[in-house]
Amino acid sequence: MSASTENYVNYVNMDAYLGLNRFEVDEGNPHIELVDDIDILEFEKLMRVCPAALYRLDENSSPSFDYAGCLECGTCRIACGDTIIKKWKNPEPIMGIQYRYG
Amino acid sequence: MSDFQVIVVGSGCAGSVAAYELAKAGKSVLVIERGASAGAKNMTGGRIYVHSLREVFQDMVEHAPLERRITHERISMLTNDAAFTMDFSSRSMLEAGQDSYSVLRGNLDVWLADQAEQAGAEYIYGIAVESLVKQDGKVCGVRAGEDEITADVVILADGVNSLLTEQAVGFARPSPSHMAVGIKQVIELPGSEISSRMLCAEGDGAAWLFAGDATKGLPGGGFIYTNRDSVSLGLVATISAMRDGKETICGLLESFKAHPAVAPLIAGGKVVEHSGHMVPEGGYRMMPELIGNGVMLAGECAMMCVNLGYMVRGMDYAVAAGMHAGRCAAKAIDAENTDKAGLESYVQALENSFVLKDLRQFQLFPEFMESNHRIYNEYPELIRDAMQAMFIVDGTPMPRLKNSMLPLLRKVGLMALLKDARKGMKAL
Repeated sequence: MSASTENYVNYVNMDAYLGLNRFEVDEGNPHIELVDDIDILEFEKLMRVCPAALYRLDENSSPSFDYAGCLECGTCRIACGDTIIKKWKNPEPIMGIQYRYG
Repeated sequence: MSDFQVIVVGSGCAGSVAAYELAKAGKSVLVIERGASAGAKNMTGGRIYVHSLREVFQDMVEHAPLERRITHERISMLTNDAAFTMDFSSRSMLEAGQDSYSVLRGNLDVWLADQAEQAGAEYIYGIAVESLVKQDGKVCGVRAGEDEITADVVILADGVNSLLTEQAVGFARPSPSHMAVGIKQVIELPGSEISSRMLCAEGDGAAWLFAGDATKGLPGGGFIYTNRDSVSLGLVATISAMRDGKETICGLLESFKAHPAVAPLIAGGKVVEHSGHMVPEGGYRMMPELIGNGVMLAGECAMMCVNLGYMVRGMDYAVAAGMHAGRCAAKAIDAENTDKAGLESYVQALENSFVLKDLRQFQLFPEFMESNHRIYNEYPELIRDAMQAMFIVDGTPMPRLKNSMLPLLRKVGLMALLKDARKGMKAL
């Protein structure tokens, strides 16, 4: 993990921003799923491009991803092809982000 | 017999306008929107040039929920320690047909859907179309969960992240070098404060683009659009460059907001929404086929966007494409020919309109912008150094301007400058 990448995201701030958005979280039914065997270099790419910073390293420096704050922009779907994303579909009816301003 | 004559997927600029035209022509039309309301899944920078809305809605545009009339065009070249800003304003911006407005899609898309519904279009919200239904190679409906709904024509207007264009016309995922990631925050400020900070009359606003340090030298830039009681502030950066670089888009946003030229504009403001959206930046050369057998593509799912660095357009193309899609679909239904040949008039209409003329005109520009790192690095620095040579006074004898400027130009390289100017002019 390049230290330069991680230093640039303040995850506390990011979570506060995402907390301002209106989401309907489809508990237990992720609309994005990653492959089991995650290539860390590919994962770092998604850490850089995701505008919600949902691709993170946990305290053990293991990749972690939470679909709950997803902005449904599709950037991760475009960025890494199939190397890391196993499934990318739209959330179930009336689930996911609900922009009020847009 | 189909359930509807036309199904429109997505209720943004293209979808609702297409549905409005079809309903006006007396066709039965169903719009399927995956958001719980129109605009709920949508985001723009953004500013809309209203000429194409006027062509569709005429005087009703006065009632559209537009934010501020744009009366200032600003462009800033940023380095981490300096900013050079151009500000253009003109009476021409005020004339009907040449005017543009900041918008928030949460409001605009609801208004557009209302117009279509009042004209007779039907709407279902909260359902994402999962696939197209085909019979003998012709698209004849859509599928969501267990449900199938059939139609003579399906119009895809489901946006930049369409999961349906592959099935419709074989257009799979666009390349990450043709797509940008957009990140935006809506930041609330009192309206009067926005007017005075942005040097705008009440009700008027600014469109402001930032190059250079906004993306730390990566292809892309920053933006601020003034709404009535908020500003839309964000960044756009080419996905491939961002992905393979060192920065994070979220980190860049924070440092952009903290830049000395930006921070005072939003000081005391309250972030009320954080959003993301892709921007198709590859231009004409990345566009999919616009029609298939029984299916048409309009707006961002067809990559209808032009980014010239000093100007970004997409919504006025989407409105015009939706209008032509609706009108041509109605004609195809009347002629009882809704296969690919029957929908060909849509492509012709776009070829004859500004939509494909513009996209074709500027087809070389995306590559120029993406491949030219100097625009985002050396040139902002060159401008800073040149301005410093002009404006910084420390009491030492001042050299002739020529003598302070020439070395700066030589640092970038006179040949490089000349080549970029030529290439840029050719692409524009």
